[in-house]
Amino acid sequence: MIEMYDVWKTYPNGTNALKGINVKINKGDFVFVVGPSGAGKSTFIKLMYREEKPTKGQIFLNSFNVSRIKERQIPAVRRSIGVIFQDFKLLPNLTVFENVAFAMEVIESNKKEIKPRVMEVLGLVKLKHKAKMLPSELSGGEQQRIALARAIVNNPGIIIADEPTGNLDPDTSWEIMKLFDEINLSGTTVVMATHNREIVNSMRRRVIAIEAGEIARDEQRGEYGYED
Amino acid sequence: MKINTLGRHIREGLKNLARNGWMTFASISSVTITLLILGVFLLLALNVNHMAKTVENQVEIRVFLDITADQASASALEKKIEALPDVESVVYVPKDQGLIDLKEQMGENGQFLNGLEDENPLPDALTVKTKQPQSVSTVAEKIGSMELVDELDYGAETVNQLFTWTKMMRNVGFVFIIGLAFTAMFLIANTIKLTIVARRREIEIMKLVGATNWFIRWPFFVEGLVMGVMGAVIPVAILTTGYYYLYNNLHSSLYAQMFEILPTNPFVFQVGGILLGIGAFIGIWGSMISVRKFLRV
Repeated sequence: MIEMYDVWKTYPNGTNALKGINVKINKGDFVFVVGPSGAGKSTFIKLMYREEKPTKGQIFLNSFNVSRIKERQIPAVRRSIGVIFQDFKLLPNLTVFENVAFAMEVIESNKKEIKPRVMEVLGLVKLKHKAKMLPSELSGGEQQRIALARAIVNNPGIIIADEPTGNLDPDTSWEIMKLFDEINLSGTTVVMATHNREIVNSMRRRVIAIEAGEIARDEQRGEYGYED
Repeated sequence: MKINTLGRHIREGLKNLARNGWMTFASISSVTITLLILGVFLLLALNVNHMAKTVENQVEIRVFLDITADQASASALEKKIEALPDVESVVYVPKDQGLIDLKEQMGENGQFLNGLEDENPLPDALTVKTKQPQSVSTVAEKIGSMELVDELDYGAETVNQLFTWTKMMRNVGFVFIIGLAFTAMFLIANTIKLTIVARRREIEIMKLVGATNWFIRWPFFVEGLVMGVMGAVIPVAILTTGYYYLYNNLHSSLYAQMFEILPTNPFVFQVGGILLGIGAFIGIWGSMISVRKFLRV
């Protein structure tokens, strides 16, 4: 589902963020990407949704060769994945419902399909009753659940998350993780960069540790392994 | 693109105009002001051009024939001149007609010429008009070297000065109009850019959820178009009414001095159409170049 072959990334300022990454993530995997700050985690994540382009190497995602695609094919890649961020990235002027519906409008979904599907995913994240509120009226955990609803509304095969619990307290983080777990159980691949030791250690999923731009560890049922 | 989506883009564009109320107002105002100045200048420049053309068209060559020339050789010369390139028309003015014209020109003083009919001192003449007013001097030169031509007169100095002046007026007008149009474009592009900077996040999120560049551009396209056209409507209204009154009041008094200004219809409507077109174009162009920067993710 996601494959990287000898992927290098050098930024224009000369930083070698990634040095020869080889990895294969299968459909239905749940992968934690861990490592010290500045070790290349974010670059690794960004390459997958084509926010960054590799300097060298090949990246395959679903049926796309992400390292080779043209500018105008990027939307197609993004539509096949859902992306989640630490800062939620919701549109402040739109209601909860509109924020989620937005992802469907963008891919020109049929108007009649939008409402039932949005309500369905809002039901999954248990926020149906707040559909008419604005993001600013919700707590951080609730906002992240909306972002999650938006990420899954178009049924992507892969969810990519960059520190999704970074701004949340432990209890709320667990609520979010439960949702990720549910989504993963339904067959969706989840790749998540995180600093949350407790979560990684108790969930015991595949762990890829990136240090100084290289894969230091890749363990099934791995542990966080750092002292924060 | 689906029809539904087009509807969405138009709704979205209009909603954004309302949402960014003050910015919209600022953009529309800058279009209005610039187009008003541009419009006034355009009306002025086109009228000056028209006047220059009228004056230019009055330029003609008077060819005085040798007194020995008879009727037959005069018409032969007439044919010869007519055959020259650039010559529009040649009119034969026999000396009797010349005297009558001269008397008319002198008005009351013409009576001093009474009694000259029997011993008319004037030569026969030909009046030559050229196709291009500017080719008057070259044509005059050619005629000057022909036989039987005694003298010719086209006010060489005056005509050359006139042409330098009209040419300068046209060039200055042209440069001004281009300059103003560009100023307007940059003003609008900048104002729209401000509204877009505020919407950077929105664009970023649209890209992340897989929106195509055109999907993102369309609402901005609609916004630019609406702002440009709305900004143009006001100056067009002002200029049309203003010119209408100006023409009605000034036309007769200016006409007496041989200056003719262009009639309101269809001239002002043409200029109005041009301004609307420019407004729409700079609105769209301004918002398109502003959004372009944020599309590179």
